[in-house]
Amino acid sequence: MKINDVILRTISRIVVFIILTFGVYLFLSGHNTPGGGFIGGLVLASAIVLLYLSTDIETVKKSLPLDFKYVAAIGVLLATSTGFGSIVFGVPFMSQTFAYFDLPIFGKTELTTVTIFEAGVALTVVGVLVTIILSISEDGG
Amino acid sequence: MNNLIVLPLIIPIIVGIILVFLRPYVKWQRVISLLTMIGIAGISLFILNRVQTDGIIRLDFAGWEPPFGILFVADSFAMLLVLTASVVTGICLIHAFSSIGDKHEKMYFYPFVLFLVAGVNGSFLTGDLFNLFVCFEVMLLASYVLITLGGTKPQLRESIKYVVINVLASWFFLVALAYLYGTVGTLNMAHISERVAESGQGPLLTTISILFLVVFSLKAGLLLFFWLPGSYSVPPTAVAALFGALLTKVGIYALFRTFTLIFYHEPLISHTVIGIMAGITLIVGCIGAIAFKDVRLIVSYNVVIAVGFIMIGLAVGTETSIAGSIYYVIHDMIAKAMLFLLAGTMIYLTGKSKIDEMSGLIRNYPVFGWMFFLVTCSLAGIPPLSGFVGKILVGQGSIESGSYILLALAFISSIVVLYSLLRIFLNTIFGETIISLEDEKPMEMGMIIPIVLLGIATISLGLGAEVISSYVTDAAHTLSNPSVYIDAVMGGNK
Repeated sequence: MKINDVILRTISRIVVFIILTFGVYLFLSGHNTPGGGFIGGLVLASAIVLLYLSTDIETVKKSLPLDFKYVAAIGVLLATSTGFGSIVFGVPFMSQTFAYFDLPIFGKTELTTVTIFEAGVALTVVGVLVTIILSISEDGG
Repeated sequence: MNNLIVLPLIIPIIVGIILVFLRPYVKWQRVISLLTMIGIAGISLFILNRVQTDGIIRLDFAGWEPPFGILFVADSFAMLLVLTASVVTGICLIHAFSSIGDKHEKMYFYPFVLFLVAGVNGSFLTGDLFNLFVCFEVMLLASYVLITLGGTKPQLRESIKYVVINVLASWFFLVALAYLYGTVGTLNMAHISERVAESGQGPLLTTISILFLVVFSLKAGLLLFFWLPGSYSVPPTAVAALFGALLTKVGIYALFRTFTLIFYHEPLISHTVIGIMAGITLIVGCIGAIAFKDVRLIVSYNVVIAVGFIMIGLAVGTETSIAGSIYYVIHDMIAKAMLFLLAGTMIYLTGKSKIDEMSGLIRNYPVFGWMFFLVTCSLAGIPPLSGFVGKILVGQGSIESGSYILLALAFISSIVVLYSLLRIFLNTIFGETIISLEDEKPMEMGMIIPIVLLGIATISLGLGAEVISSYVTDAAHTLSNPSVYIDAVMGGNK
């Protein structure tokens, strides 16, 4: 049975962008203020799940051709290799460093290696969450 | 700076992730995972030797000094276990190459074995109680996958029990951590130990210690082992061997660490409880080992008996008995892996699992038969094999402290182990052969080589007891003198 979901689809088209923006905001505001890779990743994943809900799995797969298992794997690889990087540079494992740069549009910006680590966390969360929800939906038939 | 000691945790994780991308290339996965385990074994041997010369090594993550940051601490006890775990895992992997099957190998088998190893090594190395919880979870999540992978009916039946029990135990662990943190306000193990010593281990802290005892007993299979025989007998041979060799040992390690480093002030309560639990575990485990006819169940109950035996060393609590337990843990990791591999191979060769349905395997597979005899002797503690030194030291410790009941139970259990395994030996290995020459399945080299390797390991561990005795003595010294560990962690920056 196909339910009439015009309202859901219309709204989710707009809402997905709000959620994605909010997710990116949470992700970037991490490490010093509330937020971070885990929460940002959850919010980003919820946007993707909303897409799956409002349209259907095939349509989303066509426009977003990602194997989310590999997204999760890349995330873990990214997060662990930032830890590993500190071994290469001869400082204690998981050390971080930051510096201030003058970027063209943003002005004086703090760039830190934590962001790379957090990006890994975010990718892992997105990958794992979407994989779990997709496998549950496949089981239900 | 001692970044070296994080490698046994981080290398398996990174390699495991890389193997996810190599999913279709089974050959590469095999080679890389085996090389990784050899590499980690080498690294841990190196660290173990450095601990002997430089003392306990610690690594403060990101340079946050204890008690503020998370840290890894490598002492002899932890490193001996990391080394043994890596060697045993490598050998089990060789067995898996020929026994696990294409379906498993394509379904991320090797990455999950590596994640399991990462969790196990992390649990041994961490110096932070919450980090121990995290490493436990890494290990358990990998084990959930490994136990269900394959999806046969008995596997799913047992894995539901296994998962539920472990989730519940993890929840208890978390609650116990919250209580402890609420009471002493720190999670760094050395710092907790200091604070507990300062304030005295009152009734509240003793209650918390009992909660930890329950949690770790569930994981180690001490008394609360009702889930163990079922769930260790269903997965494929190589996985069962890994579980039998590694998983309970992590619980045992946690019990040793918490009850020698943190909660050692009320031995009358906590160590008596441990002693009673160990005694009952031995008795019930012995009954189980004799009662069943299924090879896999018999060897699973042998795991339970070993847990009881090792915990006697902690219950008695002298330096000698703890040294004995450390010897025995190392021996048991090797011997149990060997026993599980033998049992699984036996079932593969005959297609049957009850001991009265098999017979005369020694005529078809002489090396296999004698290896079974070897592991029987080793587990019973016959010199010069590896079980002997551990048993004699635990016995000596029990006599020193006058715990004669535990002593009697420990040695009666050895006889029962001998009986239960000889029963398998006489029924299945000796006697008239049931496999005619035409039906005989050729023994694959990949299956017998790891068994022989473990056999060599158990012999050399027994003969080389003198060589490793300096490591074990150091480990036992650190365990029975908490101040050594505390000074190494809380003392000035290295």
